[in-house]
Amino acid sequence: MERNDGEVRKPLKILFRDPWAVAALGFLGLVLFIAAVGPWLAPESPIDSNLADRLQPVGTPGHLLGTDELGRDVLSRLLYGARPSVGVGFAAVAVAMAVGVPLGLAAGYFGSWVDSLLSRTTDVFLAFPYVLLAIAVIAALGPGFYHAMLAVAIAGIPYYIRIARGSALALRHRDFVEASKSAGASHLRILWSHMLPNALSPLLVAATLDVGWMITAAAGLSFLGLGAQPPMAEWGVMLSDGRQFVRVAPHLTLVPGIAIFVVVLALNILGDALRDVLDPRLAGRR
Amino acid sequence: MASYILRRLLALIPVWLGATILVFLIMHLAPGDPALIMLGPKATAESLARLRHEMGLDQPLPVQYIRWLGKVLHGDLGRSIQLKRDVAELLRTRIVATGLLTLAAGLLATGAGVAMGIVAAVRQYSLWDRGTMVLALVGYAIPVFFLGLVLQIGFGYRWPILPVSGMNSPGQSGWGDLLWHLILPALTLATGAIALIARMTRSSMLEVIRQDYIRTARAKGLKERTVVYKHALRNALIPVITVVGLQVGYLLGGAVLVEMVFSWPGIGLLMVNAILARDFPVVQGAVLVVATAYVLTNLLVDVLYSLADPRIRY
Repeated sequence: MERNDGEVRKPLKILFRDPWAVAALGFLGLVLFIAAVGPWLAPESPIDSNLADRLQPVGTPGHLLGTDELGRDVLSRLLYGARPSVGVGFAAVAVAMAVGVPLGLAAGYFGSWVDSLLSRTTDVFLAFPYVLLAIAVIAALGPGFYHAMLAVAIAGIPYYIRIARGSALALRHRDFVEASKSAGASHLRILWSHMLPNALSPLLVAATLDVGWMITAAAGLSFLGLGAQPPMAEWGVMLSDGRQFVRVAPHLTLVPGIAIFVVVLALNILGDALRDVLDPRLAGRR
Repeated sequence: MASYILRRLLALIPVWLGATILVFLIMHLAPGDPALIMLGPKATAESLARLRHEMGLDQPLPVQYIRWLGKVLHGDLGRSIQLKRDVAELLRTRIVATGLLTLAAGLLATGAGVAMGIVAAVRQYSLWDRGTMVLALVGYAIPVFFLGLVLQIGFGYRWPILPVSGMNSPGQSGWGDLLWHLILPALTLATGAIALIARMTRSSMLEVIRQDYIRTARAKGLKERTVVYKHALRNALIPVITVVGLQVGYLLGGAVLVEMVFSWPGIGLLMVNAILARDFPVVQGAVLVVATAYVLTNLLVDVLYSLADPRIRY
């Protein structure tokens, strides 16, 4: 594994020379910190309503980001909302990878009927646009936050099968794999210690970009009323609630929208920078 | 060429059948008894059993699937539980609305994306180039439903110059009014695709401009315009077609969200309302129609690709 070690460390050094990537990484660190401790930072409860103080604008004393239609503090809802809204992207990517990567590696490595079966199944899933597939899964499971997370993850699985399969196909006839095979290593061992580490670069790039994509998709499902449900403090729900007051209180729409946007922007900047240093050939996926 | 198209069409059949199985299974795994939804909670056990029998719900799943598929192939997508109307008929007008929206957004994205990418590449490192790249980064990261709401706040309420909801003003019909209503939804849907296409066009142009034959064209004294638009662009556009093709799925999926924001009466809006009402025949029909459109458009893109690049022979 010495070879692989160098392959990851050097690009990281290059990455840290890119000021945009460093800024994006720093910002994401902050967001994750807020997602972890947001509930303790929030000045007020995210769900207790206070009708006397409803629809206050941004900058109201005591309510930095104003209040919503039920008088709830928008800043508090934003801070509470960071965990489900951002966490959903990481969790969904983890689930999609956990299922898709082993299947894809196996398809590429074993070839023959395993590959045919998995590839044809993947083709069927890819006959649906990503968002449509997620919506179809929701149609079966019923609306809800965890169902939306699962739907977004399931819709992402075929893409990871594709990427991992491609890597495994390129690797399976390489000398170190053949050598390991003739030395009597089991399939599982070859997949785990040769295929997986060498397939990591494109997967890492895709995963970074997909966290942002899946955050957007999950928020979109909430916006449609198919994901997280009111009164939950989740950014997509906040957008969808705020929409009804968009004329009188546009901040209810703008605050959660900008929050999603900047998190996704940071993830895209980081993903692009990672791609440039790890795998320049991947440009323009999705 | 004709044989290539035919072979690709035939290869689509198993994928499409797979898609029908998936759609069928998803709806049948869904909790909730369609007969119970139709008759309501006060239904008696006998009437439920009779309706289940009439709907074929007491048959084994494979039998139900074959029956359903046979109907689908005859254009019969069942009846809406909630709206008490024929699903195929419900979808017919909706398809036009969604098709119009995605087509307009696709054309806008391709036109604007390619144009922005060319200018950025020709004037690399200029203010325009940097501006385009920043816009591309923003355009790709902004959630489509949020962008729609921002445009609504801006051009609908703050400076009310454009319509923000529906396809026509009350009491009005005709193309002028329709196109007027189309501007904001199409722009919203197109923005993410514009961003990607502009980036791809720029990097592809930059790569082509460095080639020897471009230097030759310049050396023999051709005008810069001729070099850029006749020699460079045609080759640079080949990889762009792939990216444009990849946007089809993004546009069809994004259309659901854009229709919600702008109350655009398309398939997406119908589908979301049907899911919330647990009106499964409508959901099933809508998902199947969009997937079919998606698969066929992908085929069209592949054919265009092979036409654009004479190096590809099948």
